[in-house]
Amino acid sequence: MAAPKIRSELRFILNGQDVSLRDVAPDHTLLDWLRLSKLLKGTKEGCAEGDCGACTVLVGRLTPSGGLVYEGVNACIRFMGSLDGCHVVTVEHVAARDGKLHPVQQAMVDYHGSQCGFCTPGFVMSLYALWMQTPNPTDQQIETALQGNLCRCTGYEPILRAARAISSYGGTEKDPLLVERDAMIARLKALKDGARVEIGEGKSRFVVPASLDDFAAVLEASTTATVVAGSTDVGLWVTKHMRDISPVVFIAGLDELKSISVAGDTVTIGAGVTYTEALKTLANHVPALGPLIERIGGQQVRNMGTIGGNIANGSPIGDTPPALIALDATLTLRKGSERRTIRLEDYFIAYGKQDRQPGEFVEAVHVPAPAAGEKFAVYKVTKRRDEDITASLGAFRLSLSADGTVTGITIAYGGMAATPKRAFAVEKALLGQKWTEATVEVAMEKYAEDYTPLTDMRATAEYRALVAKNLLLRFYTETTSGAATAQVSRYEAA
Amino acid sequence: MNKHTPDLKAEKIEGGVHASVRHDSAHKHVAGTAVYIDDITEPAGTLHAGLGLSTVAHGLLKSVDLSAVRAAPGVVDVLTYEDIPGVNDISPSGMHDDPVLAEGKVQFHGQPIFCVIAETREEARRAARLAKIEYEELPANIDIWDLDQTTHPQVFPPLTLQRGDAAAALESAPRRVKGRMRLGGQDHFYLEGQVSLAVPGEDDEVLVHCSTQGPSETQHMIAHALGVPSNAVAVEVRRMGGGFGGKETQANQCAALAAIAAKKLNRAVKVRLDRDEDMVATGKRHDFAIDYDVGFDDEGRILGIDYTFALRAGFSADLSGPVGDRALFHCDNAYFYPHVHAKSALLHTNTVSNTAFRGFGGPQGMVGAERVIDEVAFAVGKDPLEIRKLNFYDPMGVDGTRNVTPYHQKVEDCIIQRIVAELEESADYAGRRKAIQEFNANSRFIKRGLALTPVKFGISFTKTESNQAGALVHVYTDGSVHMNHGGTEMGQGLHLKVAQVVAEEFQIDLDRVKITATTTAKVPNTSPTAASSGADLNGMAAQDAARQIKDRLIDFAAEKYQIPRDQVVFLPNRVRIGNAEIAFNDLVKQAYMARIQLSAAGFYKTPKIHWDRSKGRGHAFYYYAYGAACSEVSVDTLTGEYVVERTDILHDTGRSLNKIIDIGQVEGGFIQGMGWLTTEELWWDGKGRLRTHAPSTYKIPLASDRPKIFNVNLTDWSEAYEPTVHRSKAVGEPPLPLGLAVLHALSDAVAAVADHTICPQLDAPATPECVLMAIERLKARKKG
Repeated sequence: MAAPKIRSELRFILNGQDVSLRDVAPDHTLLDWLRLSKLLKGTKEGCAEGDCGACTVLVGRLTPSGGLVYEGVNACIRFMGSLDGCHVVTVEHVAARDGKLHPVQQAMVDYHGSQCGFCTPGFVMSLYALWMQTPNPTDQQIETALQGNLCRCTGYEPILRAARAISSYGGTEKDPLLVERDAMIARLKALKDGARVEIGEGKSRFVVPASLDDFAAVLEASTTATVVAGSTDVGLWVTKHMRDISPVVFIAGLDELKSISVAGDTVTIGAGVTYTEALKTLANHVPALGPLIERIGGQQVRNMGTIGGNIANGSPIGDTPPALIALDATLTLRKGSERRTIRLEDYFIAYGKQDRQPGEFVEAVHVPAPAAGEKFAVYKVTKRRDEDITASLGAFRLSLSADGTVTGITIAYGGMAATPKRAFAVEKALLGQKWTEATVEVAMEKYAEDYTPLTDMRATAEYRALVAKNLLLRFYTETTSGAATAQVSRYEAA
Repeated sequence: MNKHTPDLKAEKIEGGVHASVRHDSAHKHVAGTAVYIDDITEPAGTLHAGLGLSTVAHGLLKSVDLSAVRAAPGVVDVLTYEDIPGVNDISPSGMHDDPVLAEGKVQFHGQPIFCVIAETREEARRAARLAKIEYEELPANIDIWDLDQTTHPQVFPPLTLQRGDAAAALESAPRRVKGRMRLGGQDHFYLEGQVSLAVPGEDDEVLVHCSTQGPSETQHMIAHALGVPSNAVAVEVRRMGGGFGGKETQANQCAALAAIAAKKLNRAVKVRLDRDEDMVATGKRHDFAIDYDVGFDDEGRILGIDYTFALRAGFSADLSGPVGDRALFHCDNAYFYPHVHAKSALLHTNTVSNTAFRGFGGPQGMVGAERVIDEVAFAVGKDPLEIRKLNFYDPMGVDGTRNVTPYHQKVEDCIIQRIVAELEESADYAGRRKAIQEFNANSRFIKRGLALTPVKFGISFTKTESNQAGALVHVYTDGSVHMNHGGTEMGQGLHLKVAQVVAEEFQIDLDRVKITATTTAKVPNTSPTAASSGADLNGMAAQDAARQIKDRLIDFAAEKYQIPRDQVVFLPNRVRIGNAEIAFNDLVKQAYMARIQLSAAGFYKTPKIHWDRSKGRGHAFYYYAYGAACSEVSVDTLTGEYVVERTDILHDTGRSLNKIIDIGQVEGGFIQGMGWLTTEELWWDGKGRLRTHAPSTYKIPLASDRPKIFNVNLTDWSEAYEPTVHRSKAVGEPPLPLGLAVLHALSDAVAAVADHTICPQLDAPATPECVLMAIERLKARKKG
């Protein structure tokens, strides 16, 4: 591989203006840059951890297919280095140049969607992103779009009223970002020079690789580097723990890591694919994964966070690993030009320890669909339904013979151990038995052999243990008498 | 926004009282142009602060080595208690127990010990982590559940309310139930955290921009800590990004630190807490252990009751005394207790000092009252709503005897019967109760629950001197009006309402009245914007100021045009003088030319109220606000997860000054109350560390938590019993306890697993875990 051209300048577009920066720290956040350097104070800091959404801005980026998509992201945990070649849009850029409010803004005013107003710019940006793609959203779509925006004053009802009414104030055909889309695509394409970006030195250095091969080479040469895709986890290392993360390799912009392909019964997802990008294909492929993904973080986090990152960081409370383990997913790991494929289950060795060598990275995850006739379900239990971290999450894959005997069962949980973990004892109690409530009751008693959960701020050990058992009963009920009777939900099943 | 040509033919002004006008800052909120403290253009050379917090819950400071902190990049200075020129105390209770910076000992995990001042905020925060502090750890009390309430230290003298002979009534009652409820606290989670920007002035002067609900108190605390007179300190706030009580006293620490540093270094200093620091180091709603002992007859009529409301005060008094008082003031909710004995216990703990939070103990009192109603209902086998209705105070206008509160105030304005009756019908309580029974009979795992709960909330500060307000109104020669008052804007639309009152008084369009920042330099000695009193007090004060000016204009016109005063009539944007009409602006100009004073300071104090804490007697509240909510939930009995299917609310704001603003308060208050009682769990570990210290772990409601169907209405027939401002009623706090309907609906659903034979005694917050554990308890009891 020929070494790529090296550029020591970060280039992107802020609102209407071209920006090029040479002096950027690897841990510099977009929010601080906007507020402290550009004095754009409309974007607020509410939590600095990607949960409250007060800092929501839009980031427009070219898609691998050459389009331009604008997504709401949390500026507080978005690092500057990940913005090369992007268009950043802040609340200051939403109203018309003559000050006339945008339909999103006018609807929020007229329907009394703000009280103290501090969260409001973030809501405006989230609703703007929604409206651009879905001008006439359902309530469910609105709520999903607002999972990452906290409001403490209004109780949300007026914001919902506003969201439903936006299109009555004007159509998307007149929206400046959409009208100027082609011109912006041209401007962003002009920024793509195929160069590797390298900024800083010593203790403050980051690299934006030029390509996947370049990334592999960079990481092999700098094995202690922090690999940052969505920064929804690493962002907090900086804002909350003030950890030194340099050197950093930013991979969010690598198109080659963004591929989603389907071959036979298996979907292969590049490690840089965000939850948002993966949602449609995965939900088609394995319907139960759709609702799960829509309960991971808020929309902003899903727009940034990647399934690859969710796996790579080895968290015991990541939501996708148990589900993917139950589906017997495999992982492609790469170091330099060497690749190896392992079962996802084997990747998680112990708390904080994964089967990944220095300089090695997760390149792709391969997700087989359940076989015909297999039943698959995943249940996430949290304190608050949306945008909450798992207390206990169970994933189940079951195959039955014609006479109702369990011929295959895979069960994996998150939140129950130091890693995402299979319930082997429970599986054993089920395998070869008739799929009856009596069998299930016997198996429920086996959880204690598989898991010794902890008590923490999310749940007590007792609750985790009890819920884990009960989720098996829920799975049994759903597989035998239909899903509608066994869960509470905000919406009728689609 | 400025319309310079008022309509001189208008029949009605635009934006007077009772008009549903949108929030005055809405167009700025949505555009990102509304300025909060952290958005104010910083003076050149502004420095930034970072706090060094205690890492133990209780201990002596053996050594505090700050050398690495001082040596860190960008650090300009490090403040400790020794740098406080005045008194190291910001106690609002006069107990001298709230140090600005810890001195010799630390009393909770997260207590500020030192304050780093650096060129940038990031440098200050990084440096703050470099301190080497040695503690001699001491035993710490974190929870209150197991404390001996009779011997454990209290932070402030407790209160007892007593009427009749509760002990005797309990002894002789045909039925009796005792129990305890555990009720959690709540973080304010205002979206804008605590923040102050201090700009040093000449001599001893300092101007502090502070996100505070109580600018006067913040001013006094800064002066106290600086050792300067109050006249050296000005505190200003245009708006807060939410307050909810959390910026009543809790703003003072950042403000004092910013001012001390600014004066010491002669540079502007900003102190803005990170969310985690904010949640760890500033106070919250009090948790309560509520013990009750109730005697009642076979019908479910309460005969006598004894309560203890023990709260987790934290390490200092702060406002825990009055919060405990207000819990007792609301332990009756809307119910008459023939014999009552109720006492508070203000328990000292090694946790952050708890403080005001929307409702100020009142909601906690009502939670106790509603638990008792549930206990009685299960004991006599009736629908809790029947028991509620059976025990209501006598309705307004009835010459009865069931109308005296535990603090001996006569309830004269009770309209809860009508509210509940109307809501019961509009929400189809009876029909849905039946439908739910059928649903539950046919549903193995999902159970539904329904509850209708009332609210009666007392309006007035129980600290009598707080029931006063000032305002300053200027009319400029072009007829435009500048309005200032002691209240602060935190999103509740107070400035808008007061401006509506002023517009109404002058009969000019609302956009002629300029809303300005609250500042201690314009209106002195103001009360915090709290106790729901903002519009009641400041609206009246502004009205008084406007009336003074108006009186002078009338005098002037009467004299100039030689007609009787009563022939000078203020019409929309104009004044009729005899048979002629002239524009308001023209009359103002003429008055100026004639050297009439066009500025006035207004004042108001609430009449009638008095309260003797030592006797537990008084007319503590000017009036009561009422409301009721009906909620239906579905509960998954396998996991405890739930959704709110529907909520209907009917709430009383008297003759509302602004219905759309009031509905916003009711909707938002309900959701906040619901959050408190459901998913908002504060969790301390064994070492006294708050582990739910950010939105990733502390879960306030989201859009997807609000009821699927949410019908909110104001009573269109009520008006304040007393002559309040345009007969409106306060609306800040009263809607919050409407959220009890969700807790009780959850309880009702839980009860279904034991066929409604056992009172679930559901504690709060009723997280899915708490709900599931209650279900398990009931299932076990049913079996056993």
